[in-house]
Amino acid sequence: MSAITRDEVAHLARLSRLALHEDELDQLAAQLDEIISAVAKVQEVAQGDIPPTSHALPLTNVYRPDESLPGLTPDQALAGAPAVEDRRFRVPQILGEEQ
Amino acid sequence: MSATDLLRMSAAELGEAVRARETTAVEAAGAYLDRAADVESDVHAFLHLDRETALAQARAVDERIAAGEDPGPLAGVPVAHKDVFTTVDMPTTAASRILADWRPPYDATVTARLRQAGMVILGKTNMDEFAMGSSTENSAFGATRNPWDLTRIPGGSSGGSSAAVAAFEAPLATGTDTGGSIRQPAAVCGLVGAKPTYGGSSRYGLIAFASSLDTPGPIARSVLDAALLHEAFSGHDPHDSTSVDAPVPPVVEAARRADVAGLRVGVVRELGGEGYQPGVQQRFQEAVELLESLGAKVVEVSCPSFDAALAAYYLIAPSECSSNLARFDAMRYGLRVGDDGTRSAEEVMSLTRAEGFGPEVKRRIILGTYALSSGYYDAYYGSAQQVRTLIKRDFDAAFENVDVLVSPTTPTTAFPIGERTGDPMAMYLADLCTIPANLAGNAALSVPCGLAPEDGLPVGLQIMAPVLADDRTYRVGAAVEAALNERQGGPLLANSAYAV
Repeated sequence: MSAITRDEVAHLARLSRLALHEDELDQLAAQLDEIISAVAKVQEVAQGDIPPTSHALPLTNVYRPDESLPGLTPDQALAGAPAVEDRRFRVPQILGEEQ
Repeated sequence: MSATDLLRMSAAELGEAVRARETTAVEAAGAYLDRAADVESDVHAFLHLDRETALAQARAVDERIAAGEDPGPLAGVPVAHKDVFTTVDMPTTAASRILADWRPPYDATVTARLRQAGMVILGKTNMDEFAMGSSTENSAFGATRNPWDLTRIPGGSSGGSSAAVAAFEAPLATGTDTGGSIRQPAAVCGLVGAKPTYGGSSRYGLIAFASSLDTPGPIARSVLDAALLHEAFSGHDPHDSTSVDAPVPPVVEAARRADVAGLRVGVVRELGGEGYQPGVQQRFQEAVELLESLGAKVVEVSCPSFDAALAAYYLIAPSECSSNLARFDAMRYGLRVGDDGTRSAEEVMSLTRAEGFGPEVKRRIILGTYALSSGYYDAYYGSAQQVRTLIKRDFDAAFENVDVLVSPTTPTTAFPIGERTGDPMAMYLADLCTIPANLAGNAALSVPCGLAPEDGLPVGLQIMAPVLADDRTYRVGAAVEAALNERQGGPLLANSAYAV
């Protein structure tokens, strides 16, 4: 049985905001199936009440003093924007007709 | 001083010569820029190489020195900078179409510290897109070739950096190591590469791949040069909340000390044997015997969880990448595709990401999204995090009995370009030996330990030490380097076709 189907890959692509071509979906489904079967090995090793490690070092939240520091100017922040209007980021339509 | 003399000098010697006013930063940068102009068409180590920007930096350094300032031991020394670090005066692309020609509005901390140290950034080096890969073939802007054999990969993801240093286009280079991306390219190009302790070098301004693993580090022709660069850009950074607030381990002093008498060295049983190239095994075994002859106490150590490290890594790293790369949304910077006035933001986002990301990046985003999905989270991401705990425990237990652990850096020497591009799992195996240190966060370094008899290509010895004991890896690496140079009558790199 395959670990992941082509339909699942298409669903994951939508969640990931990737408009993939049909041939990409075919190729990815086969490759991901092989990769997922291989990495499933973690389930054989990780059993019982072993605590998870999310981070290499045991750091807790780090705060800096609440002081204002210089940031980017509007011109710097907009310098790499794909489209600018009235010193703002111009973006495509976000809301639908009925909203 | 002739250009050849300048190219042959170590970074340490070049820095001394600049401070002693025997040469200048401009002269040194000029020699390296000329060299790069000669060999770049063969090697393709750089994505961006701008003579005028480099020379302007060099002139500024010479002025600082003339004004009596002492920027430090690497003042006036050129450096090749991985294109994953932001630079205000050069494009930063992470070798991705989605960031083609992007000019960042700020410098990474590593970049800023190179400048403070008076180093001259020659250009930005090629890499696997967003540092995902082990061969630099995943660059959107063409592969880099290994100076030892132009038909082979230079390693990855920091393959442009390793190729630049191996081809004498730069005396030093920066890299980043998430699963081996400094140590593996250093190993297959016959160089020294170090992954500092996680948090020992700043991630601020480093384009994120997997934030709990990404670590900037040095690539160099010698252990001492690597230590000098390590020291120049490491240390606490308030801009990075995962930065360790502790002194930089004494890596330069350790590289100069270079003795292993009485040191306890553990050979990791799980990192070797079946699947490893015979010539790699042979040179590794000889390096272990060399350490013993230099007075180290060698024992075999078992780290059973290392067998699951690769699997855990290829769940954790893609999971973090799928989250990190969500920032490339076509709205604030970078590529935007299909914005014709009829499409919604979401459609433009999906079209842009499909066109802007290459196949490996897409593969990892989808894999990570899968591993983090409800219903699969515990089985995949959760289990991988438990394996991470087991790997840390293996390291902790081992370091109760030994001072350092050793293994080959890679299972094979540099493989031919194109050999593994159609087979992701085969490509992932290149990181087999390097991944455990990333998952646990401890220090590791690769140092050349000879050429494999069957193909004449470099083999790397990996030395791993506990968290914040980076100096031990340099001490052992320098001892191996000195003994091998004496045995061979010179550095290994002298055997490369692109040696100067």
